[in-house]
Amino acid sequence: MEEKIKFKLNGKATEITTDPSQTLLWVLRNQLGLTGTKFGCGSGFCGSCTVLIDREASRSCMLPVSDIAGKEVITIEGLSGKGKLHPIQKAFIEHDALQCGYCTSGMIMTSAAMLMKNPSLTRQEIINGLEENLCRCGAHTRIIDAVETAAKEMKGGK
Amino acid sequence: MKKTTLNEKTESMKGNSTGMQRRSFVKLLGGGIFIFFQPWDILNLNDLTLPQARSLTKDYNAFLQIAEDGTVKCYTGKIEMGQGPITSLPQMMADELNVPLEKIKMIMGDTDLCPYDAGTWGSQTTQTFGPAMRAAAAEARGVLVDLAAVKLGVPATQLEVNDGIVTDTKNPKNKVSYAQLAKGKKLEKYLDTKPSVEEYTKFTYVGRPYKHADALEKVTGKAKYTGDLRLPGMVFARILRPPSHGAKLTTVDVSGAEQVKGTQVVRDGDFIAVLNETRDKADEAIVKIKAEYSFNELKVNDRNLYDRMVGADSRINVIRTNGDIEAGMQQSDKIFESEFYDPYVAHAAIETHTALANLEGDKMTVWASTQSPFGLQDEISRELGFPREKVRVITPFVGGGFGGKAANQQGVEAAKLAKLSKKPVMLVWTRDEEFFYDTFHPAGVYRIKSGIDKAGLIKLWDYSLYYGGSRGSDTIYDVPNAKTTSYGQNMDAVQIHPFGTGAWRAPNNNSNTFARESQIDIMASAAGIDPLEFRLMNLKDEKMIACWKAVAEKFGYVPAKTPSGRGIGIACGTDAGSWVALMAEVKVDKSTGHVQVVRVACAQDMGLCVNPQGALIQMEGCIMMGLGYSLSEEIQFEGGDIKNRGFDNYQIPRFSWIPKMDCIILDRKNLPPKGGGEPAIIGIGAIIANAIHDATGARLYRMPMTPARVLEALKKA
Repeated sequence: MEEKIKFKLNGKATEITTDPSQTLLWVLRNQLGLTGTKFGCGSGFCGSCTVLIDREASRSCMLPVSDIAGKEVITIEGLSGKGKLHPIQKAFIEHDALQCGYCTSGMIMTSAAMLMKNPSLTRQEIINGLEENLCRCGAHTRIIDAVETAAKEMKGGK
Repeated sequence: MKKTTLNEKTESMKGNSTGMQRRSFVKLLGGGIFIFFQPWDILNLNDLTLPQARSLTKDYNAFLQIAEDGTVKCYTGKIEMGQGPITSLPQMMADELNVPLEKIKMIMGDTDLCPYDAGTWGSQTTQTFGPAMRAAAAEARGVLVDLAAVKLGVPATQLEVNDGIVTDTKNPKNKVSYAQLAKGKKLEKYLDTKPSVEEYTKFTYVGRPYKHADALEKVTGKAKYTGDLRLPGMVFARILRPPSHGAKLTTVDVSGAEQVKGTQVVRDGDFIAVLNETRDKADEAIVKIKAEYSFNELKVNDRNLYDRMVGADSRINVIRTNGDIEAGMQQSDKIFESEFYDPYVAHAAIETHTALANLEGDKMTVWASTQSPFGLQDEISRELGFPREKVRVITPFVGGGFGGKAANQQGVEAAKLAKLSKKPVMLVWTRDEEFFYDTFHPAGVYRIKSGIDKAGLIKLWDYSLYYGGSRGSDTIYDVPNAKTTSYGQNMDAVQIHPFGTGAWRAPNNNSNTFARESQIDIMASAAGIDPLEFRLMNLKDEKMIACWKAVAEKFGYVPAKTPSGRGIGIACGTDAGSWVALMAEVKVDKSTGHVQVVRVACAQDMGLCVNPQGALIQMEGCIMMGLGYSLSEEIQFEGGDIKNRGFDNYQIPRFSWIPKMDCIILDRKNLPPKGGGEPAIIGIGAIIANAIHDATGARLYRMPMTPARVLEALKKA
């Protein structure tokens, strides 16, 4: 049975009619055209599908879309505001913190959730926070460097 | 370079290997100046362990276009999967053509737009494709300058080019742009001679660090991978899979799947799939199919595999030999015999194999995550009976390959489903399918008998490899009596491996370097000689010695006999035309067996380094990825059943594993560029094994060096 689900998506009030048992990942990718959020494993182990739900990092591949009713969802497409890159996106470019780029959205969204809560994280805390996100190309050390740089900028209130 | 004359009409119009007239590329792409070329050295590749769908082309397999707006476009069947050619190839062209970097566009991996290319693997893009492309760019520049000379009415020698503008040096106001020169032209040139581009004299772009050209698209989620494409009426597919390799379908009931709303069941013999507009519904439907199988009772598993390999009646192939093994035995004071083991390892790219297939009329178009678009074009043509020119393969961004996406099963499956259903079909393999159908790094056994004299000089090196590949099995050291023998290649290997195997980043060099460099350390330790000194005593290769000096300085290496208790391990090797030396420091928790790699230093001689930033990133990536095959990655299996098919039970490196990394690229601007995306990974297993020994006295002979295996080795130490 299809249902109407209302939520806020990337800053805009959104209403969709959909089968509520679908996962948020595939609704985002198919119905809403937001393909920046990636499918990597479908079981919550890799983190490529991470989005923010009420500012918490969540794995959209495991989440029935009905769960987001009344909540605020931010995807990689909604992270940069008014053509201006988010400090984490900027820092990923500056540090060349990616290779194939497939895990990148999930890395950025997980980091965004961490830094929104606490931009004063130590390097070790950033490492711990990204431990459950997988990258196969081996961009790890640059990703941590980038998140540290972004944290500094966010802490500075920019 | 041979000077060719300008020829508005093309001299030869033979069909190229795609079955398409070369003229049709030109027709498709509008006006401008076209320079066709081919990487001649590709014919000399020595270790082609990858599928060759077609014999290597003897025709032009790439071309440059100076378009009418002055843009320089390079059309090539090579692909971008994170290794960086989208950045480094334009650097090379920009220098030859004297155009700004942003004027260059790469059009990659489209079988309709690009001429045939065997595939992207073996670190060939920079070292064989690069020089040919440079030669073409130099030729293009020559053509443009000749045209400018006519247009400006001055001799070509009086002209200079800056940022795509040709200027009369005697009258700087007399100038013309590449765009103006290309406007309204349809000019084709064919490079028929082997490129002999002189050494670089000018380094405006080459040799400078450039960040990933595709970073902005990738950090904003805009970059399109195959799975991100959408077509009207597109459906998602899930395919019924056997529980193990070799299992045969006996009975099947698809009625449950048909009851899932909007589901179409498609069947062609044992090939059964469900199609649905949504992926979630396709997932729901596929598990409602009731299927039973008969099993092929393979007795092989991850515990008895190595005995079977050594005990098999294998074909024997002596790869190389020098001196005399018997003499080596006699000249040796101490003889060492060891056996090393290496398991099946998965590619495990984060993007699973994905394809979108669309049949329009009699033409099949397939977008695929692939390292070999032309290979896929051939497979579809062969298996589905389409003429080759009626199959177009397009390669969007690829989310990691590492050799695994040289295999294209998903592309053929999607095409088959599009043909059967007459709908555009998106097939995104599940993680389970990705582990099940991966073409794994092949398991193997490596047996070495070696000997040293009283002074510590190696006199004997008898090296045997069972079912692994031979890349990196060179002795490297200066040994008077040496032999390398391979047991069971090719057809034997197909029978011994219970599932598909293929190339995995620096194919088999990881295994060979692990075995060789462990054995070297065993001998150095027994001789009571510092392992670096021992290596230098036995090495004559100047490039390797230079890498050792560079890495030792960077690492702050202090000589000591092993085991010293410090946890330092070293190793070296060659791969893809490059030389590499590595050092590591590890901490071993003797109560749990856990190994933490604290730091790694790496020095690499890769000839001319086109993009030092990209190369550095590749080296770091090699080190991180190498930690996985060394410490945790191993396919567990029982017959044809693969036991670990997810990231919960197949562990790849994580953030907490990051060592401090110091990478150095030796300055070799005067030498041709070589492969840089693979060499640094080859020594990771060996540096860790040697460091564990240095820390504890325990020797690990089997990868991965899991905590359980470390504890076991500690007991024996």
